[in-house]
Amino acid sequence: MAADDLQPNERIHPGKPVIVDRYTVGARINHWITAASLVLLALSGLAMFHPSLFFLSRLFGGGQFTRFIHPWIGVVLFFSFLGLFLRFWKANLWRREDGTWLGRFRDVLTNHEDNVPEVGKYNAGQKLVFWSMSVLIVILISSGLLAWDQYFSQYTTIDQKRVAILVHSLAAVAIIGVWIVHFYSAIWVRGTIPAMTRGRVTGGWAWRHHRKWLRELVTKSGKGTGSSGSKPAE
Amino acid sequence: MFPPLPNPSTTDMASRFSGKDLIRRSASNVPAPEKQLTEVAKLIDVSKCIGCKACQTACIEWNDTHPQVGDFTGAFENPPDLTPDMFTLMRYSEWDNPETNELEWLIRKDGCMHCADPGCLKACPAPGAIVQYSNGIVDFVHENCIGCGYCIKGCPFNIPRISKVDHTAYKCTLCSDRVAVGQGPACAKACPTQAIVFGTKDEMKGWAAKRVEDLKSRGFVNAGLYDPPGVGGTHVMYVLHHADKPEIYSGLPKDPKISPLVEAWKGVTKYAGLTVLGVAAGVGLLHHLIMGPNRVTEADEEHAEELTEGASHGRR
Repeated sequence: MAADDLQPNERIHPGKPVIVDRYTVGARINHWITAASLVLLALSGLAMFHPSLFFLSRLFGGGQFTRFIHPWIGVVLFFSFLGLFLRFWKANLWRREDGTWLGRFRDVLTNHEDNVPEVGKYNAGQKLVFWSMSVLIVILISSGLLAWDQYFSQYTTIDQKRVAILVHSLAAVAIIGVWIVHFYSAIWVRGTIPAMTRGRVTGGWAWRHHRKWLRELVTKSGKGTGSSGSKPAE
Repeated sequence: MFPPLPNPSTTDMASRFSGKDLIRRSASNVPAPEKQLTEVAKLIDVSKCIGCKACQTACIEWNDTHPQVGDFTGAFENPPDLTPDMFTLMRYSEWDNPETNELEWLIRKDGCMHCADPGCLKACPAPGAIVQYSNGIVDFVHENCIGCGYCIKGCPFNIPRISKVDHTAYKCTLCSDRVAVGQGPACAKACPTQAIVFGTKDEMKGWAAKRVEDLKSRGFVNAGLYDPPGVGGTHVMYVLHHADKPEIYSGLPKDPKISPLVEAWKGVTKYAGLTVLGVAAGVGLLHHLIMGPNRVTEADEEHAEELTEGASHGRR
């Protein structure tokens, strides 16, 4: 179903330029709690990962506090990301056009988006970021719990702890890599950041990058959805 | 008998080693020390041990720890395991010798082995929390410890324990504070049978050779010295009557070495990981410099306006 891409509270405000509501206030708060947790986790985790980055522990009031707070931020991130996952998973399901889009990734990188298929709310790159984040966070929380010496040391053997910490480090490197992709894309594709700050994008942005999504929204609003179900944009 | 170490003098004396004698410091580099100290070692002769636990008591006394009174669990071990307050532990095992069909009571004093290649130090992320002196002593510096428990994962002998009180790691110090003023460890001092002796590593190896010879003459053909090469040798060594089967002594590892998982974590992962992230950030930067931003054009906005115009009539 094409309409699966659409989420509640996405609305078009005609005008010059056209404004499209992309994220609700709830989704944005949820996103930024996750984002802050991820950055804090990366900083505190890197402090314990490589000696030359140990100085980062000063941001958290020293090594002892860094060691104490890192897992708790992890717990916050897990539940916060769970919220994002429940909000966004449907729109991130893989579709036929995603393979084609990925096949023409060179055109995406060279800013020739006209040559790639029209995509829904998320393109294949965003979907890959979403799913890698989801998988990596599950790996990180489970390996992290095993390495959380303060509360869980008695439940595992030392060899299991060794596997856990190695997996945790590898997954952490991977997720920071995914975060770099996510962060860079948001900067590179101008007009993206307002989607997560003010919740809205311009019609031109939607036309350029998520044309199928825009068309679906237009079709939906064309069918006279001014009726009971929809609420005014927040 | 091994000549006992003399009692200390009551006059002040300078420490025999200090921070200048470090050969390794966790998560940091140290300059090579000017002089190499004589390597020291503690030799534990399992065949002479009577299991009296004087060493445990002396350890508690000297280090001023306060282990809780435990519960009887049907075993001689007391406490049942090493704790942040119990740096050394007599471990008892009853072994049926299949060759003689006799029961042997094997007693091993467990504790830090002071490895030449210490896994705890390799794993430690906190600069200066674990140090190794050129005399072989591996010591924990509590003010630098962050309590992460990585040393536990690094240790091939399962020795360090994290205190729930101050959240730092504890283990045998080889009585570095006593050795610094020419004394042996408290456990060696207390041992009534000289099952624990202390001296230079060479002396101890020589002493062990005599003990092994004696044991062999008494029918323990596999008697030998436990100084495992997988960790570069240790500064706590055992004389075992069954050196071919160290694991019968309450699981003393046969060929201990730093786990390959730890080596991978503290080796290739650490360096490759940061490289990958650096490259990823660099590629992003380069892409932006070459391709520039992906901007929405006027035409895009106009297309969107055209598209929405028709639909807009249906809305408020």
